Amino acid sequence: MEPIKSIKNCADGGDCCDVSTGANKRKMTAQQLGLGLLGLTTWYIVYTQLLPFSHYFSYGLFGFEKGSHLGEAIQFFAYDTPKVMMLLTLIVFVVGMLRSFFTQERTRKVLAGKRETAGNVMAALLGIVTPFCSCSAVPLFLGFVQAGVPLGVTFSFLIAAPMVNEIALVLLYGLLGWKVAAIYLGTGLAIAMGAGWVIGRLKLEHLIEDWVQELRAGAAVVIEEKLSWADRIDRGWEAVRDIVGKVWVYVVAGIAVGAMIHGYVPETFMASVMGKDAWWSVPVAVVVGIPMYSNAAGIVPVVEALLGKGAALGTVLAFMMSVIALSLPEMVILRKVLKPKLIAVFIGVVGGGILFTGFLFNLII
Amino acid sequence: MEIKVCGPGCASCEKTQKIVEAAVAAKGVDVTISKITDFQEIARLGIFSTPAVIIDGEVKCIGNIPKQSEVESWLKS
Repeated sequence: MEPIKSIKNCADGGDCCDVSTGANKRKMTAQQLGLGLLGLTTWYIVYTQLLPFSHYFSYGLFGFEKGSHLGEAIQFFAYDTPKVMMLLTLIVFVVGMLRSFFTQERTRKVLAGKRETAGNVMAALLGIVTPFCSCSAVPLFLGFVQAGVPLGVTFSFLIAAPMVNEIALVLLYGLLGWKVAAIYLGTGLAIAMGAGWVIGRLKLEHLIEDWVQELRAGAAVVIEEKLSWADRIDRGWEAVRDIVGKVWVYVVAGIAVGAMIHGYVPETFMASVMGKDAWWSVPVAVVVGIPMYSNAAGIVPVVEALLGKGAALGTVLAFMMSVIALSLPEMVILRKVLKPKLIAVFIGVVGGGILFTGFLFNLII
Repeated sequence: MEIKVCGPGCASCEKTQKIVEAAVAAKGVDVTISKITDFQEIARLGIFSTPAVIIDGEVKCIGNIPKQSEVESWLKS
């Protein structure tokens, strides 16, 4: 492992990346803390009033009959939309703040010193909080190789980062309750740890493209950031503007579809195709999910619709994980650094883990 | 001056490119802006998270979209 070369950009009078001028001097005052608490309390009070409000909105204000198709659909929409948007804003803000602590550089440093097993666990957990998008997968992979992170540990990270998604987690919690959210979180982490561990055991280092191997001798440029709490809060708001601004359309559209289904489509509609008794539905769900690519915001309302119409939880979970974790565009990008055989192993191991999860939950729930 | 923007061409990288161009236009300095999109080339420079901005061989920013004011402060006219 080569030492990582560090460049301190602040020293030469220039600004550090993404830190506004003079930001280092900004401290969080008691006033700001008070405002934060006030905001959180207001958030909570409004949140608890959403259900009564939706009843009033649908049955009182517009006078729809309780139990009627249209009334039920409108009440569902009026309840879920503000609820999910509020949860989304809060979580994206908190995660945005948290992420300022977990830069890719820091994650790399932490994982470089880890052995397998413990490394797999840490990599999967860090995969949730480290900023990541599918286009940054390759540079990140290269950085891990360069820093000497074991291959299996690297894969634990690469699987957890897209699969355990904070937006999916919030939507599942908001729309389907904390149990489904917890199952998603738990199984997602377990698959990332397990699949990474298996890939590590298989000793496939020779299946990384040759030019990547040469990087081990190189050095990484690191720019250290100094962030105050005020900066981290700014990061949180930036994340809210960026992410909520982008996904709200999908959320509202998804909830609208969900509301229609909630009001009109008969129960048990999906039971015969995606129910517990159709064992073959789990592998089909995984295979169908691989070429599909959707962000978490788009997939969860679909999940809710399927579950509401009698589809089995394991099958739906397998479908969702396959869509999010195994995406064709990402495979194409990864092909630049991995030989085809390793990509096949990656798909095989992760797909196997998802299959297992699907069957397991169909069996126990 | 020579500015290089490193990134495979995702949304963040495009945004960085635009910010750099806007900063250059605002300062009115004479620079050449080029783009590095090849992973191999980016990695050889020691850069492992994108987008990154390099000015005259010095890495100014890694893994973040810089603010326009920051980029302007890097451009000494």
